Amino acid sequence: MIISTMLRPLATLLLFASTAAHAQLSIEITGAGANRQPIAIAEFAGEHIVAKALTSVLRADLDRSGLFRLVEGAGEPLSDTSAINYPDWKNRGADALVAGNVTSGVSNGGNRYETRFRLHDVQKQVVLGGQTYTSNASQLRAAAHRAADFIYEKLIGEPGIFSTRIAYVVKSTGRYELQIADADGMNAQTALASREPIISPTWSPDGTRLAYVSFEAKKPIVYVHSLATGQRHVTANFKGSNSAPAWSPDGKKLAVVLSKDGGSQLFLVNADGSGVTRLASSAGIDTEPQFSGDGQFIYFTSDRGGKPQIYRIPAEGGEAQRITFEGSYNVTPRLSPNAKNMAYITLNNGRYQLALMDLATRQTQILTDSAKDESPSFAPNGRMIIYATEIGGRGVLAAVSSDGRVKQKLSVQAADVREPAWGPFLK
Amino acid sequence: MRNLFLLVLTSLIIAACGSQPPAPEQGGAKVEDRTPDAVKVDTQPVATVSPSKTDEYGLAMLKDPKSILSRRSVFFDYDQYVIKDEFKSLVESHARFLVANAQIKMLIQGNADERGSREYNLALGQKRAEALKKTLILLGAREAQVEAVSLGEEKPRCNEHGEACWAENRRDDMLYSGEF
Repeated sequence: MIISTMLRPLATLLLFASTAAHAQLSIEITGAGANRQPIAIAEFAGEHIVAKALTSVLRADLDRSGLFRLVEGAGEPLSDTSAINYPDWKNRGADALVAGNVTSGVSNGGNRYETRFRLHDVQKQVVLGGQTYTSNASQLRAAAHRAADFIYEKLIGEPGIFSTRIAYVVKSTGRYELQIADADGMNAQTALASREPIISPTWSPDGTRLAYVSFEAKKPIVYVHSLATGQRHVTANFKGSNSAPAWSPDGKKLAVVLSKDGGSQLFLVNADGSGVTRLASSAGIDTEPQFSGDGQFIYFTSDRGGKPQIYRIPAEGGEAQRITFEGSYNVTPRLSPNAKNMAYITLNNGRYQLALMDLATRQTQILTDSAKDESPSFAPNGRMIIYATEIGGRGVLAAVSSDGRVKQKLSVQAADVREPAWGPFLK
Repeated sequence: MRNLFLLVLTSLIIAACGSQPPAPEQGGAKVEDRTPDAVKVDTQPVATVSPSKTDEYGLAMLKDPKSILSRRSVFFDYDQYVIKDEFKSLVESHARFLVANAQIKMLIQGNADERGSREYNLALGQKRAEALKKTLILLGAREAQVEAVSLGEEKPRCNEHGEACWAENRRDDMLYSGEF
């Protein structure tokens, strides 16, 4: 008994640089935009050599965005150089058409694939643009996501998020895994597995590191974890609790919540754990800091007024300004990338729901009809917000567009998923 | 110092189990020898402890179901961090134990029910842990003896969704050296 007690701290924690996860995150589309653009993705010429790996991913990406309606083609492959019968595609109802081809060659002893495609405006009968990607077999999905990003940006006018990644925590019996998956739920990798809880993962602005809170030492401690190497270090481990890390826009500092001097209070610390300075003081709880994208303000939750409400302070410190006034419980402020909107969780008639505030007009909108929403996180283009909620007693992730129309559910079989964090654009 | 204490405690546990020989370092300590001096590492005097009866604030009391010291939890109302009157005598007993055993440390883990934000609940659990710590220090425990941390809503004792369960999870737990 005594020996097992001594060994346990060693065994509670397993660190992986990258280990394929057994549980797959599956995405279900539960709501779509009001005016979806009709688009046809023809099978790429030569694509049979990769089992249609390109267009199946491309179609799924555009469909999942909720902003496109996929139009069926004639079933024949169309190359990027094929002559396009625009009236025919117009009759099928397509406003846009994607055609391309895939060729393979061998270099450095492995198969290389070249994917070329063109995006056509069927109404105007012109080519809107095209791209060429070279990849090996394992990079075909990534090539398809890049194609989806290109098409999305041309047709919607904002960057696509198909090449981004999301981090989240999967809880199964007695086990917590911090996982990272592609935005379509595929390629899930476990960055950290532990017998103790992991919460509040958050991406460094360059997407190379995650900060999070782990309870592996029987108390909350803030770590920064480099994804490429799997190495990590303690950023805040003071007496009491250490939690709620938030990166500064330059990735050099983190706002954290420490109780070392009593109470849960906001501090700034360098990413390597040095240079701790106090950011704000209150007699109550201050927590859940987040920098605005321009680095000017830090938004946070505080009960200094008696009930938890959202406040902001200048990032260099200063007077706090209250942001939320309606209701008795407004928490977890998360700013849109353009800093115009704030997602947060509000208690609304006994239900904890995701809400969005226009910071200029202070108008608010409830985005969900669920009851246990938590931990919102904006996609880097500001279009979607991913959050944790509960369906049928199980923890799942959900995503909703900032207009409340497009909805997705992301779940893992036989496990709870929580604490989502949407990663930045790939550089 | 802490290691030495652990050794003593370990040997006591072994002795209490009765099936294993006592650790050689202890020269054959027996259950009956649990006088304050046999257990304590520091020789700090505790004036009021009577050596004749079983030590009221001895280490064995922590696990003795008949001792109030075996009770380790304080419960809170929703969104509150005030220690209710019904827990005053329990808190006083643990304060006296800390005073009598200055070498022993306590970790207070504050907890919250599952409703609402995880990080806010972590802060709420911290408030609850600190409220208990403050009371223990007012009653004579030393600042360095007690650490207050929070587990928020992450380690619920009860996993159902309803007030009966939530009430059980709005709680401080007191852990002593060797238990954390």
